[in-house]
Amino acid sequence: MFAQASAKTAEYAGKIVHVNEEGFLLDPTEWSPDIAVEIAKEEGIAELTPLHWQVIDFCRKHAVNGRSPTLRQITSGTGISTKEMFSLFPKGPAKKVARIAGLGKPEGCV
Amino acid sequence: MKHLLILGAGTAGTMVANRLRRSLDEAEWRITVVDPDEVHYYQPGFLFIPFGIYTKADVMKPRRNFIPRGVDLIVSSVDVIEPEQRRVRLSNDGRYLSYDFLVIATGAQIRPDQTPGLMEHEWRRTIFDFYTLDGALALAQHLRSWKGGRLVVNVVDNPIKCPVAPLEFLMLADWFFHEQGIRERVELVYATPLSGAFTKPIAARLLGDLLERKGIHVVPDFMVEHVDPDARKLVSYDEQVVEYDLLVTVPLNMGAEVIGKSGLGDDLNFVPVDKHTFLSPRYDNVFVLGDAAALPTSKAGSVAHFAVECFVENFIRYVDGLEMTRLFDGHANCFIESGFGKALLIDFNYTTEPLPGLYPLPGVGPLTLLQESEANHWGKLMFRWMYWNVLLKGKELPLPALMSMAGKQLVG
Ligand SMILES: Cc1cc2nc3c(=O)[nH]c(=O)nc-3n(C[C@H](O)[C@H](O)[C@H](O)COP(=O)(O)OP(=O)(O)OC[C@H]3O[C@@H](n4cnc5c(N)ncnc54)[C@H](O)[C@@H]3O)c2cc1C
Repeated sequence: MFAQASAKTAEYAGKIVHVNEEGFLLDPTEWSPDIAVEIAKEEGIAELTPLHWQVIDFCRKHAVNGRSPTLRQITSGTGISTKEMFSLFPKGPAKKVARIAGLGKPEGCV
Repeated sequence: MKHLLILGAGTAGTMVANRLRRSLDEAEWRITVVDPDEVHYYQPGFLFIPFGIYTKADVMKPRRNFIPRGVDLIVSSVDVIEPEQRRVRLSNDGRYLSYDFLVIATGAQIRPDQTPGLMEHEWRRTIFDFYTLDGALALAQHLRSWKGGRLVVNVVDNPIKCPVAPLEFLMLADWFFHEQGIRERVELVYATPLSGAFTKPIAARLLGDLLERKGIHVVPDFMVEHVDPDARKLVSYDEQVVEYDLLVTVPLNMGAEVIGKSGLGDDLNFVPVDKHTFLSPRYDNVFVLGDAAALPTSKAGSVAHFAVECFVENFIRYVDGLEMTRLFDGHANCFIESGFGKALLIDFNYTTEPLPGLYPLPGVGPLTLLQESEANHWGKLMFRWMYWNVLLKGKELPLPALMSMAGKQLVG
């Protein structure tokens, strides 16, 4: 949501999308499941399983102003534990799933 | 007679009481503030206590000193809010207080009970916090005779009050151990759930460099699952391990329990409100100010101050049926102590991240944004005086409530 001036573009699945300096999509409507698969690869996730998709769908559904839910909101909303979230989306799960789902970082990070 | 009820007489509640008592006619408006604690704490001062820079007396004053004439202070906690009935219940005698308008300003509290291992037998022996006065005092006592080792500062989860305080703690620790002559025997580590030193990219980079120069090691993306107090290690959800000799934790921060109990909060007991007006989307006579609100800006006294300024102007229009026109922009302005008599300053809002430059006057300063200077350090120390004598009493500060781009450099 910051510094629109420094907005760049990137190409995923044959489509040009707008991204910020950290590689997050600026416009959630430019996203598609094919794009998710490619961003996931960049994030070191070779294959998106049904459980991954459950989380991605949840985040897309519960995004507020284009921002993804926090880890706490995801775990309480999906019933998937924090530990599982870390094995699905290693390192920073909330941030990682936000990027894969074409959303902005969760608002908890201020 | 209309009744305005304010829950919590901390930074935000006290400022609101002072400012609105001046603006609202005493013949028409009764104002009541409820808080369980007789003492007002200057929380930013807790940071300096572990290093012997401030004492207990510097950060405590009787709450009554800051409540103006014409405002009733009730010393009690509130144990339930019933917005449908427009009333709250006091914990001390079970009495109900009705209101026409409610301001919730119950802040955020640390919850070490939410992380297994923290509050067990090593609590305040090898595990400390500095977000409470007791914690900061216990840590001061411990540091007086600590011989060195691996000191780990760990933030359990965000949001936390004053998100820069853990960094300040580490930089002050670096300075303190230098002065004690034992810096080379101390390893300083910052384990954070963020992927860098701060949330916003430019500040994260600049602050990250500063930490590195000071020999403070950052462990990013570290989300603690439990602490093993006997083995002295932090274990994360993805089974990373960080060992420590001395753990300084910033436990999970949550809103007051009464919020959760009254069904008003999110999963951390913070109350969702409109980010420009602080009005609850569910109840048109409930506002939430300060740390209690779930807002995408820092939980900080400076934010509460700018927010209250906007809120007060809006409130006196709102009660007359007029539109609220002073829209809050998320303005935050935080000093960052960096040790050796210096500090940095950051100034930002909902849409502009912290940038380098000069503040408040372009080309002049005297304060420097995102760069260390002695002027900033004096600014931070002076802030305590300002807090007690100017801010709480709701007097004007010569700083604009909304953020300004003047003096900021756009960096790529
Ligand atoms: C270590 C530390 C360093 C900090 N440094 C800075 C800094 O440098 N700059 C800065 O701007 N900010 C800083 N802050 C943050 C700042 O102190 C807070 O953001 C600010 O005090 C928030 O004000 P508030 O009124 O929302 O909450 P508080 O001031 O915490 O007040 C909340 C009040 O509500 C009362 N309350 C709680 N529950 C109930 C209940 N059920 N019924 C009635 N009353 C209740 C409490 O007793 C309390 O008095 C720091 C905080 C800490 C802990």
